[in-house]
Amino acid sequence: MENLKIDGTPKTPTIVFNLEEGKLLIRGRSIPENSIEFYKPLVDKLEEYTNSPQSSTEVKIQLEYFNTSSSKCILDVFKKLEKIKSNGSDTVIKWYYEEDDEDMLEAGEDYQAIINIPFKMVEMEE
Amino acid sequence: MKINLLEFYNLMDQDDIILSYKGDVSSELVSSVLQIIESKMDKLEEPSRIRKKVYNVLVETLQNLYHHIAENPSLSGKEEVSSVIFLIGKSDEAYLICTGNYMENDNVEELRHRIDKINNLEADELKDFYKEVLNNGIMSDKGGGGLGMIDIARKSGHKLEYNFKEVDQQHSFYSLLVKISE
Repeated sequence: MENLKIDGTPKTPTIVFNLEEGKLLIRGRSIPENSIEFYKPLVDKLEEYTNSPQSSTEVKIQLEYFNTSSSKCILDVFKKLEKIKSNGSDTVIKWYYEEDDEDMLEAGEDYQAIINIPFKMVEMEE
Repeated sequence: MKINLLEFYNLMDQDDIILSYKGDVSSELVSSVLQIIESKMDKLEEPSRIRKKVYNVLVETLQNLYHHIAENPSLSGKEEVSSVIFLIGKSDEAYLICTGNYMENDNVEELRHRIDKINNLEADELKDFYKEVLNNGIMSDKGGGGLGMIDIARKSGHKLEYNFKEVDQQHSFYSLLVKISE
């Protein structure tokens, strides 16, 4: 299985998915007009990974901004991770937010309430 | 050209308008406006809380305009109804984001109902409504799904102000004003 790497742009985040290490990183801004198209390669890759995941999977979400169109796609990513977890991979989502960014912390808590995976909220100093 | 530029300048000045635009909305335009407002807020040394809220609301309102035209074939291509207008201003107390666009009369009641519903919710109810729509809502082709307006209301912390004005048998002009303050 090949790893996935997508470079960030002003409107889309950097995505690094290392399948051998079971590590996924999404970092930057996610405000594309067409989010479904942008997230499709990642959703496909997760689908591929679901069948033979590593014993543990660590996901780091470090977003500065995301639009509501991305929020649905991020939920789709998390739903795939739920499947990966139920296939036996010890999965954790680390949700990063900047100090004082209550909105981003709340956004993480919104997902935490919906998704059946342990979340770790990580505050970053500015 | 009948416009008096000095008058226009004074109007913008008086109402603390940072930026105004009338025309079509492209992805590039959205990027440019975001960049302009971001550097303006940098210059004003706004606290990052406000900066983020303004940026978020701006993304949602501008992308609403962008998708609105693309998703309404009866508007696109007809210059007299496909143009939108938006103003971004800053008064002493708040940032103001105003948008205006034409829409079909047939869709007015549904939108009015949606905004009224959002305006009637308190912050914690808005949070629950957001989660409900996020989890169960149906996504449009472009990834929207009715979340935008809820998110705007959450980030704004103020009631959304709006107006519909019927201009002919087919179209109304819809204006939305969003306030963002500490």
